[in-house]
Amino acid sequence: MIWQQLPQFIVSGVTSGSIYALIALGFCIIHNATGIVNFAQGEFVMLGGLTIISLNQSFHVPLIIAFPLTIFFVMGVGALLEYGPIRHSKSKDILILVMITIGASIFIRGFSPMIWGKMARTLPPFSGESPILILNAAIMPQTLWILGISFLVLACLHIFFLKTDTGKAMRAVADNRLGAALTGINVDRIVLLSFVLAAALGATAGIIITPITATSYDSGVMLGLKGFSGAVLGGYGNFIGAILGGILLGILESLGAGFISSEYKDAIAFLVLLLVLFWKPSGLLGKGEIRKV
Amino acid sequence: MIKLLSSSKWKQLILFTVAVLLIPQILPSDYYFLILNIIALNAIVVLGLNLLIGFAGQISLGHAAFYGLGAYISGILTASYGWPIFLSIPVAVLTTAIVGLLVGIPTLKLEGHYLVMATLGFNIIVSIILVQWDAMTGGPSGLAGIPYLKAFSISIDSDRKFYYLVWAVLGVLFCLSLNLIDSRVGRALRAIGEDPISASALGIPVERYKVGIFVVSALYAAVAGSLYAHYVTFISPKTFDFFYSIEVVTMVVVGGIGSLWSGLAGAAILTMLPEILEIVKEYNVLVYGAVLMAVLVFFPEGLLPGIKKLWQKRQGQVHE
Repeated sequence: MIWQQLPQFIVSGVTSGSIYALIALGFCIIHNATGIVNFAQGEFVMLGGLTIISLNQSFHVPLIIAFPLTIFFVMGVGALLEYGPIRHSKSKDILILVMITIGASIFIRGFSPMIWGKMARTLPPFSGESPILILNAAIMPQTLWILGISFLVLACLHIFFLKTDTGKAMRAVADNRLGAALTGINVDRIVLLSFVLAAALGATAGIIITPITATSYDSGVMLGLKGFSGAVLGGYGNFIGAILGGILLGILESLGAGFISSEYKDAIAFLVLLLVLFWKPSGLLGKGEIRKV
Repeated sequence: MIKLLSSSKWKQLILFTVAVLLIPQILPSDYYFLILNIIALNAIVVLGLNLLIGFAGQISLGHAAFYGLGAYISGILTASYGWPIFLSIPVAVLTTAIVGLLVGIPTLKLEGHYLVMATLGFNIIVSIILVQWDAMTGGPSGLAGIPYLKAFSISIDSDRKFYYLVWAVLGVLFCLSLNLIDSRVGRALRAIGEDPISASALGIPVERYKVGIFVVSALYAAVAGSLYAHYVTFISPKTFDFFYSIEVVTMVVVGGIGSLWSGLAGAAILTMLPEILEIVKEYNVLVYGAVLMAVLVFFPEGLLPGIKKLWQKRQGQVHE
């Protein structure tokens, strides 16, 4: 009986999983450029969701224009975070920088209710609400939008990192910061860019998820955490790992909720995550560093 | 085993004791006792965490879970099963320490972000269990009817009475910790914090020490948690979610990593800050975030050492 719902669970798992994957990629990009975990990543998601709701619902800006506007706005926030506190931090110690991003996330979470209040808001689906039936699974049009846009973003990132000079420079910095600087790459600019790019990814995730789960000032926390978990699951800093980890986490959650218990779905997901880490201490695709003394 | 503390430490400790005893005489209202008591509870958790983060260099975002386990186990045993407190607290602390050991053994094999993630995941799992296991924990609405602490015929049922108890406990744990970091164990932990590979090359059993100090820090958190439960007599899962874990790590860092006195200052400052920020009303979260960022940007070595350095500069004692 319940097995017939398996396709449905998989679809909803992959849907939330691709959101987690986008957020996880944001974590990886910043990590690769700076070595830090950006705890404000979830706030980018929240800002993306709330900004497009305001633009579309209050100012009646059509989605096709509101979408890029929102992303530019959140990119600006990401740039401010790097250009302000991160760059001016007297210490470059990883722990201090991570704590600064925690401070920033509290700041943004304190700022957001002043504009949007504390109520959760939502956006109508991008195109209609009549589900499409495939293999026992009812697929909402918004699901297709989420999968399509995520895929498009991944394709763009792929081209960016493989084909463009800036993308190559970013990979060089991730590989060896000092070496990259010696070849004339402006590392500061790359770090700034990494925050901007991560913000754009977060905002995209926030925009496309808003029609299926309402967004409020504090919904970034859990989404950020899921993205972080996805990135760790796949092997922190590894792009393919982040995508795999994010989607796997989404499926785990959805199967846990469907087959075991919806109350404990997050607990199940995190338990599996812990077990994976105990089995592979640097994530599924992480290589584990060889350290020299 | 037990070595006498060095004389400069004695001076500081005596000053500390005098301050703790004097403060109640000058406090205008009982409301301040509530804050001072919460400071002491946080300081106990921070103390253990400082040993783990500041000395052994291992970061945990899961200590709210140990704080919560201490509170809930002792709370449930007394409120639901009628155990006497002198049994429930040791059982709660011991059980939490065992959980700490079981979690610590596989978790502390992880490094960096993976360790942060694993401890965070553990915290979230415990939080979910506290919320969902209604029958045992009282669910999201919390557990009420926890008795006050009672020693012989004295019931510790006021903020003022609890003040003396909790600061005494903090004082004892503080001395023990000072002693610990000055011992062979403390030096081994510092070596691990510097570089685990060189430490193990020097013959330090790195894994065992890491797990050991993790268990000690879980134990401290459990002591604070069980005291908290019998102080406020009502506990709910929200107190023990991972936001609290982040908060205590923040206290360690803002105070100054790796100095127990700085940790105490961090606990005091960050516990009082939200109270002070009541004056900016709805902007309190915003300002809290801004203050936190500013402190970390400008005083990365911690507030206490940072201010000390500024002061010395002004006095012209530092010539750079």
